[in-house]
Amino acid sequence: MSAGAEIPELVIAPGRASRNYWRDLWRYRELLGFLAWRDIKVRYKQTVLGASWALLQPAVTLVVFTFIFGRLAKMPAGGLDQRYYPLLVMTGLLPWQLFANALSNASSSLVSNTHLISKVYFPRLVVPLSSLGVAAVDFLFVAVLTAGMFAWYAYLPGWQVVFLPLFFLLALLAALGGGLWLTALTVRYRDFRFIVPFLLQVGLFLTPVGFSASNVPNWRGLFALNPMVGVIDGFRWCLLGGEYELHVSSLLTGILMTLLLLTSGLWYFRRTERTFADII
Amino acid sequence: MAEPVISVSGLGKQYWLRHGTRSDTLRDSIVGAVRNLGARLTGRAVHTGEEEFWALRDVTFEVQRGDVVGIIGRNGAGKSTLLKILSRITEPTTGEVRLRGRVASLLEVGTGFHPELSGRENIFLNGAILGMSRAEIRAKFDEIVAFAEVERFLDMQVKHYSSGMYVRLAFAVAAHLEPEILIVDEVLAVGDAAFQKKCLGKMGEVARNSGRTVLFVSHNTSALQAICRTGLWLQQGRLVQSGPINECLAAYLGAGTGAAVFASGAKDRPRITSATLDRAALAAGFLRITVGFSSPFPLNRPVVGVILHNKFGQPLSGSNGRMLGEKWRPPPMTEGAITAEIKPLPLHSDTYRASVFLGDAAQDYDEKRDALEFDFISPVFFPETPPIDVIGQCNLPWQWSVEAPAPLKK
Repeated sequence: MSAGAEIPELVIAPGRASRNYWRDLWRYRELLGFLAWRDIKVRYKQTVLGASWALLQPAVTLVVFTFIFGRLAKMPAGGLDQRYYPLLVMTGLLPWQLFANALSNASSSLVSNTHLISKVYFPRLVVPLSSLGVAAVDFLFVAVLTAGMFAWYAYLPGWQVVFLPLFFLLALLAALGGGLWLTALTVRYRDFRFIVPFLLQVGLFLTPVGFSASNVPNWRGLFALNPMVGVIDGFRWCLLGGEYELHVSSLLTGILMTLLLLTSGLWYFRRTERTFADII
Repeated sequence: MAEPVISVSGLGKQYWLRHGTRSDTLRDSIVGAVRNLGARLTGRAVHTGEEEFWALRDVTFEVQRGDVVGIIGRNGAGKSTLLKILSRITEPTTGEVRLRGRVASLLEVGTGFHPELSGRENIFLNGAILGMSRAEIRAKFDEIVAFAEVERFLDMQVKHYSSGMYVRLAFAVAAHLEPEILIVDEVLAVGDAAFQKKCLGKMGEVARNSGRTVLFVSHNTSALQAICRTGLWLQQGRLVQSGPINECLAAYLGAGTGAAVFASGAKDRPRITSATLDRAALAAGFLRITVGFSSPFPLNRPVVGVILHNKFGQPLSGSNGRMLGEKWRPPPMTEGAITAEIKPLPLHSDTYRASVFLGDAAQDYDEKRDALEFDFISPVFFPETPPIDVIGQCNLPWQWSVEAPAPLKK
């Protein structure tokens, strides 16, 4: 066993946030991995369709949105040929699904791990972080579906596709920022369990998923306050290549909003974390 | 001696008790905030309907490296709160704790077990939750499986396990933790008797051989006696006594209600007025119960009966003066006390109850069921004693003899 000198003295006192928090978080990275792995492993257990559930929802939304926005409303496909409208919808759905899944998983993460929180110590940040794993795996399924569609339409993305991981990360961070707020609030106010699905439902229409952001030129500045506007623009720019222009100022606003959401979310989470076990 | 591994000073934990409706919805909170603001503006006192409650108050103690400490106290004495603070699950309101060593706590068996995952997967998951690294778990995997005796079911989903298998697996993972400080809360209350014994053995071994520090909460006095060296006795959030485990246990058990007084009851007929258990006698290993009575008329050959029950209420043994026949010849009395004694008390350490009766030569007049409840610690304790669920509460005077064959000729 290690000698006493190696182990720093740990002091527990009221109001004293652990100074080793971030090092602790690093020490618990394996737990983070295990929790993510558990959620992924268990997610489609005892379902008949299994992982196809990850595809079913975006596939149906794709058909509906293409019909409503492309056919009925005849919205322009953001510089693309109109027959590629399904690709426009799909490249919006892909990051939106990621964001929506990550946000709702992160929001419910603390409450659904009540038994851990009230019985074991670990940096609580592990819980919402690990919940992103499932969303990332679902994203991969939808990404495969998207790739299939691109092959079907014989549409080849340009060199911009190498930036895709950055926008993936941006979507995840935006979801995490919101998720940290919502999950910490849900611990005290279970109302937020009802607010989250509602928020996502409204969000789907306040985000250019079924249409291109260039369709709202007059409101673009305000629109960009929604961090997913920049992310979706980015995804389309990466995947649809030169045909789709990147709106840089929207993107910058989106990044700024994401950072704001993330830092404020972290602040609120860390501030309330100490009381989780008492009130959960 | 070297620096203590755990030093706790002035530790307190306050909770707010809510009366009436829980204010855990957003609406209540908003309404509350508005009301507070209104009250502050108008200068009225805020009545929130909350009452403060100290689950732990001004607790100070030190634990040396290698100590095995038993924490005792009645339900609600603050034992679990203390463990939760030490394991960093909840934060204290006052005071300070200094820990010198890696802490692992086991406040529940099988925390984080997922029913949909297999036994093998749950070993890794649970190990990680308890703070083991993947490499550590892998190194101990075979040992854990052997300890839990679930080799054949490793790849079966845990939801199909029997509850015994589940508990065995969960404890096996925890038993192989190797922190410098181990915190254990009443986890031995589960599982069958044989496995409980195995777990106790393992805990004792851990403490003795590796010089690890163990804090252990239990209501099982014989288990505490067997593996702990020192004790901490908590009462209503305060530390009442600390020191050698036997002294703490004796003080704790002696502090219970040793006497029951029955003031009410009809005055027009003979009745039991009190039942008293002699605590000092009990600590010395024998039972002495005194029953006081009064009667509106002289009782002809007054008779008191006592029945001992185990903690489940099953009668173990009973006696009364009438059973003695002509040998029982007290004078007629209108009030007085009769004492029953068993010396030594041939029972194993456990919780018992006594019911008392009052009558005369002809009939019974009054009875007080479960008038007394007490924890008995047998002064003779052998670590090899099997759990009482197996051998029963009675410690009858067994005699053993051997008839060895004639020594073998070479």
